[in-house]
Amino acid sequence: MTPELSLAVVLVVLPFILPHIGGTFDMMERILDWGLLGLGFDLLFGWTGLLSFGQAAFFGTGGFVTAYVLLNNVIGSVWVALAIGMIAAGLFGVVVGWLAVRRIGIYFAMITLAFGQMAFFLENNPLSNYTGGENGLPGVPVPWLGWGDFAMRLEPGLPMYGMLAVVFLIGFFIARRVTNSPFGAVLRAIKENTPRAAMLGHDVPRYKLAVFVIAALYAGLAGGLLGVLQSYMPPDAFDLDTSGQLVVQTIIGGVGTLIGPLVGAGVWLWLRDNLQSIPGVGALWNLILGLVFVLLVIALRRGICGEIRHWWQRRRMTEPAPADDSAAPVVQSAPMMVMTAPLVRATLEAPALEITQLSKHYGGLRAVDHVSFTVRTGSVHAVIGPNGAGKSTLFKMLLDEIHPTEGHVRLFGRQITGLGATRTAQRGIAKSNQLNTLFLDLSARENMRIAALARRRGSFRLDVLRRADSIPDVERQVETALATVGLTERASLPAHVLAYGEKRRLEIGMALATGPNVLLLDEPLAGMSPAERISTRALIREIGRDRTLLVVEHDMDAIFELAEKITVLYEGRLLAEGDPDDIQRNQAVQDAYLGGMHDVHEPA
Amino acid sequence: MPSIPLLLSQAFNGLALGSLLALVSSGLTIILGTLGVLNFAHGALFMLGAYAIFLAMQATGSFILSVLVGCLFMLVVGVLVERAVVRLFYQRPPEDQILVTFGVGIVLVEAVRALFGGNSQRVPVPSWGEGVTQLGFLIYPTYRLEVIGIIAVTLAVLWLVLYRTSIGLVVRAGIEDQRMVGVLGINVRRTFLLVFGIGVVAAGFAGMIYAPIIAVVPDMGDSFLVESFVVIVIGGLGSFPGAVVGGLIAGEIVSVTSAFNSAYAEVMLYAVMALLLVVRPQGLFGTEGRV
Repeated sequence: MTPELSLAVVLVVLPFILPHIGGTFDMMERILDWGLLGLGFDLLFGWTGLLSFGQAAFFGTGGFVTAYVLLNNVIGSVWVALAIGMIAAGLFGVVVGWLAVRRIGIYFAMITLAFGQMAFFLENNPLSNYTGGENGLPGVPVPWLGWGDFAMRLEPGLPMYGMLAVVFLIGFFIARRVTNSPFGAVLRAIKENTPRAAMLGHDVPRYKLAVFVIAALYAGLAGGLLGVLQSYMPPDAFDLDTSGQLVVQTIIGGVGTLIGPLVGAGVWLWLRDNLQSIPGVGALWNLILGLVFVLLVIALRRGICGEIRHWWQRRRMTEPAPADDSAAPVVQSAPMMVMTAPLVRATLEAPALEITQLSKHYGGLRAVDHVSFTVRTGSVHAVIGPNGAGKSTLFKMLLDEIHPTEGHVRLFGRQITGLGATRTAQRGIAKSNQLNTLFLDLSARENMRIAALARRRGSFRLDVLRRADSIPDVERQVETALATVGLTERASLPAHVLAYGEKRRLEIGMALATGPNVLLLDEPLAGMSPAERISTRALIREIGRDRTLLVVEHDMDAIFELAEKITVLYEGRLLAEGDPDDIQRNQAVQDAYLGGMHDVHEPA
Repeated sequence: MPSIPLLLSQAFNGLALGSLLALVSSGLTIILGTLGVLNFAHGALFMLGAYAIFLAMQATGSFILSVLVGCLFMLVVGVLVERAVVRLFYQRPPEDQILVTFGVGIVLVEAVRALFGGNSQRVPVPSWGEGVTQLGFLIYPTYRLEVIGIIAVTLAVLWLVLYRTSIGLVVRAGIEDQRMVGVLGINVRRTFLLVFGIGVVAAGFAGMIYAPIIAVVPDMGDSFLVESFVVIVIGGLGSFPGAVVGGLIAGEIVSVTSAFNSAYAEVMLYAVMALLLVVRPQGLFGTEGRV
């Protein structure tokens, strides 16, 4: 029984039981309208983590544009007018979204709030000739269904309810497709760990803008329908209260459930209609709901539907077997991973990475100081040095995560300095971080999939209608990556449940899953037990057979075993370069880092 | 083209509104900068101040005494809200902080509405503020001039506290880097409580001072909330000078625009904000990269 079907059943049954539970058709229509508005909002907030306090701007825009074109006989058909209103709201969403999505959390909430207010003021005054100002637009006609002799007016009551129920069901169906699509998977990744999503190669601002516009479209349709269902378009559609009420209802019903806003609206409107008649309590119902809201945010953050879903999932999930750290997995010789071809034809002679005079200064501190070296295609190249030598900073510049103060980096002959992390990642270079940056609430497989989707689909794609796991190439890459790092049995578990060593392997696996030609490993063995180190070294050796590896490590045994060439950094500068034998014998390297025989030490 | 006297009087109105916004926004910005919490209840606190002075005036009849009592009341409210609610959210994501302060705002507004109803209450102008003052060829209500003066003094006191006391130094350091301040051994929690209290009292005090010249209704704080957000975006998040300068600029934008076309007064403010977000997102005094 899919959610869509369950919902359809409920909506069909509802008219028959309404009078017995203190409900009316009008109330149900409004609840469905709020639910529709909430579908878009939940995609925005529940899935992508963007808290907007300005949805009223699009709700009102859709509503007033729809009402205006109908009342001024620009368009005769209510359906077409609704579509026009929706598009108008969407266009407004593009403008506001473009300004808002480049900013995070707090700024985003403030900007959406401000634009909501601006729309309110525009409606009230300068545009009052079109919008009726404080009076709104009365007399919005009801839609007709069918043609000619078979046309049926959708009167208020059962027909109108039926229309709204159908519209909501369609909206719900589409929203669910979006959440199950690759697009939706990326949205979730953005919510979980925005920087990581960007680093994998997803164009985060475009995704945010896309979902913002989708939410605006839903809002615009809901606004238009409001005018239709009550034959009147009220000015308070633009009110801050409208945006606020939407937020409160969604929290009550449950964020991230899609059905939450509908349930929350049901609770709110049912309570309002039924509490107001109780003497003494009536006037206080807003206050009571406000207190309930605060309590929910403090204690039951998931809301009604969210808590139900959480409880349901806990019942279904059997306790996973605890990870057996001591028995490190045997690294099977994984089938060669599909490598997406580099954008530039790479020959064995051309260097994978050319680093030229790379520097990063923070004021007077020279974290990296005029470092130059070359990484040969297909080699395993190590970068070593004491803590604070500038290794991690160097790595960040190789991906253009941070911009160098001086110098540049070339990947297969093309400059990547200045492109930004997302576009650089799309060129076929990936990094596994020193500190795990996983999508903790997603399963290991889903983590891998987000990584694999990045280069397969490019930095942005609006593929909202297909399922996330429906691209065969991507699924093959995901399973291969899982097998290579030995996580196939544990792949369905949420990442936060995994043991530390497993998380480390997932971190490496994700970088691998993007299908890079150059892989940067920042202290891959950090924090691992001796047994784990052995298997991970084998893993690195395995990975290094088919692609270029650049490894930062403190584990010297691993380095001397794996690396063909070693670059030594010290205090931001390049100290020495050579093969493992050269480096071991190098006096300067011994003094700075490896330790020599003639050092005078304090007695322990 | 509006006349010179009209423009001038609007400029003064802009100063009055601007100083009000400056005070309200200062409270908001130091709470945001120090605690990292965007206080969505700030407008409701402004409203609470206005109602506090309404009650106190009815009880005592003395404006100055009412203000003192009102400030004490706001301090108690601030401490209660911080200890009972806000304190639980310091480690939680910013969206949750926004949601809970938003909820607190709703509760405060609805509580006031339940107690006083939705009708506008009147707070009389104090005796020393009655009448008008002659300023060259401009005749201006005396109380509004005094409001500008009172708020200027208040902001100066705030400035002194922030920039000339050691507690102020801790607050400003905390705005720069919250964790570092804690690591240095300073009682961060106590500082948070103090800053929240100051912010709340500032908002409430603004409400008290402005009550005689504004309609005192439960949702009077809504527009000030949004406008103070715009102000701190213009001035720079967490910046006290930014809040003051931004507030004055905002007040002038709204008032002077309304001299030309009152319909666009508010809209102009948001348009300026939008422009700033494109050109200089960190605001006038904000630090780049903290967006």
